Amino acid sequence: MIKQIAVFLENREGRVSECCKVLKDAGINLRSMSIADTKDFGILRIITDDNELALSALKTAGFLSSLVELVAIEVPDKSGALADLLIALYEGSVNIEYMYSFAGANGHAQIGFKTTSPEKAVALLEQCGAKLI
Amino acid sequence: MQYFQQEIETMSKAEKRALQSERLVNIVKYAYENQTPYRAKMDAIKLKPSDIKSIDDIYKLPFTVKQDLRDAYPFGMMARPKSDLVHLHASSATTGKLTVAGYTQKDIDVWAECAARCLVMAGADKNSVVHVSYGYGLFTGGLGMHYAGEKLGAVVVPASAGNTQKQIQLLVDFEADIICCTPSYIIYLAEEIEKMGLKIGKDIKLKGGVFGAEAWSEGMREDIEKRLNIRACDIYGLSEIAGPGVACDCQFKTGMHFQDDHYYPEIVDVDTLEPLGYDKSGELVITTLTKEGMPLIRYRTRDIASLNDDPCPCGRTSVKLNKITGRSDDMLIIRGVNVFPSQIESVLLKNENIQPHYHINVDRVNNLDTMEIVVELSPHIALDEVAHVEEIRKKLSADMASALSVSAKITLVSPGTVARSEGKAKRITDNRKLK
Repeated sequence: MIKQIAVFLENREGRVSECCKVLKDAGINLRSMSIADTKDFGILRIITDDNELALSALKTAGFLSSLVELVAIEVPDKSGALADLLIALYEGSVNIEYMYSFAGANGHAQIGFKTTSPEKAVALLEQCGAKLI
Repeated sequence: MQYFQQEIETMSKAEKRALQSERLVNIVKYAYENQTPYRAKMDAIKLKPSDIKSIDDIYKLPFTVKQDLRDAYPFGMMARPKSDLVHLHASSATTGKLTVAGYTQKDIDVWAECAARCLVMAGADKNSVVHVSYGYGLFTGGLGMHYAGEKLGAVVVPASAGNTQKQIQLLVDFEADIICCTPSYIIYLAEEIEKMGLKIGKDIKLKGGVFGAEAWSEGMREDIEKRLNIRACDIYGLSEIAGPGVACDCQFKTGMHFQDDHYYPEIVDVDTLEPLGYDKSGELVITTLTKEGMPLIRYRTRDIASLNDDPCPCGRTSVKLNKITGRSDDMLIIRGVNVFPSQIESVLLKNENIQPHYHINVDRVNNLDTMEIVVELSPHIALDEVAHVEEIRKKLSADMASALSVSAKITLVSPGTVARSEGKAKRITDNRKLK
C-alpha cells in the first residue's frame, strides 16, 4: 500500500500553481500527479517524497486535503500484464474507484488504485504473483 | 450580578404599562411641538397630541419610514438645536443618502444604561474586561458598547474592528471575559484562535458575549457557544433608534428582552400595516418613549420578527423580541419567490460537511433570475473522489430547493476562501441592478 494526498481545488485561475508553490516552499518533491476534474472543481491526487510534511504544509495554507491509502503494484513491461491483473480483480468482485500510473524509482511502471476492499485486492494480486508495493 | 437596574427590569406589567402611557403622552406632545415632520404628519390626519391618552392609543399615530429620515437629511428631524446635541450617528446605508440620528447627553446616558443591562445579561459585572470589536465610528456598535461598559464600571478595551491577530493577543493579555462584535466576526475569531492552537479557558478566558448588527441563526449560536465555551447573547439595535442595546437575550434565551421602558415595540403586518398580536411574524415598529434629540414615532425598522410575552425564568418582565428572521431590505425576490439569507443559513448549518460561510450571487440570464450560493467545505472532511463532492453538492441543492421553494446553484469552495468581514457581513451580490 502507498499513501497519496488528495487536494480539493475549486475551479479558479492559478489554483494548481498555488498548491504546487506551497509544496515547493516546503521542499517537497512530487513523485506523481493526477487530476480528476469537473466543470466547477477538481481533485488533485499526488504522491510525494514526504507525505506527512506535504499534508501539513497544504493544510496550513488552507487547502482541503487528506491522506488516502492506495493499493499499488509494479506492472511488468509486457503486453497484457495490466489487463490480466485487472481481470483477476474484476472476477474477484473488487471495485476500483479510480486508478493512475506513475514511474517507480527503478523506472518500472507502477499503478495505484483506490478500492473499498483493499485487503481482498491485495490477496488476489498476491495469488497472481503481482509485485505489490 | 443578576440585573443592572432591577427595579425597572423586573417592574410589574401594570406599572410598566402606566410608565409607557405617561411617556408616550409626553413624547407625542414633544414631537408635535419640536419636530416639523411630525406636526405635518399629525395635522394631515387631524390628530392632536391630546388625542393620545395612553399607550393603547399608539395605533392612532402615523408611521415613520426611512425615507422620512432621508428627506430630512441632515437635521430636519432633530427636535433640538445643534447646541443641545452631543453626538451624531449615521446608518451604514449602502444606497441613497445616509440616515442621521442626533443624540443629547441624556439620550447617550439612556442608551448606555440599556446596553449595560445587556452586558449583564451576557454575564458581565463591574469587574469584567469588556473587549469591543465592533467598529468605532458613525456605526453605533463600537461606541454604544463602549459607553455600556463604562456605565457598568467595567474595563473597556476599545479594540475596534480589524487586525485579528492583534485582537487575539489583546484577548489573551488583558484576559477579557466579555466580547462584543458581529456574529460572523466571532466565528472568524474562533477559527483563528483554533488555528493558533490557543486553549479555551486557559489562554482565552471569555465567558460571554453580545453579538449583533447581523441576522444569525440558532445553529450559529450553538456553534459559537461550543467553540468558545461562552454564553452567546443576541443583541438588537439600530442607529435610528439607538445602537446595540434596544433588546438582548439573557441566559435563558426566551427571546430578546426589549427595553420597553424606553423603546416601545409593535409588530405590524408587512402589507396591511395592521398591528399583529404576540407570536405573529411581521415588521418590527419602534417608538422611542424618552428620546430628546430625535424622537421617532412608530418607526418601521424593516426587520421581520415576532414578539412574545411568555414569562422568563430570569425575572425580567419586558416583552421579548424573537430572533430577527430577515430584513425586508435583505429580502431577495428570485423568480417571484421571497428569499431571506437567514433561510439559506439555516440549511447550511444543518450540514456538517460545510461551514456557514457563504456568498450569494444573483444575476439575470435570458430574462430568468439565477441564484448561486458559494459555500465553503469543512476543513475536517476528507475528499478524494469527485463523487463525494457531487453528493455533498446534490444534497445541499435539494435541501436548499425545499427550504427556499426556488432552485439555487451550489458552488463548493475550499475552507477560508469566502471573504470574512470584520464589520457587517456583505453576503449578497445582486448583478441584476446593473442592467
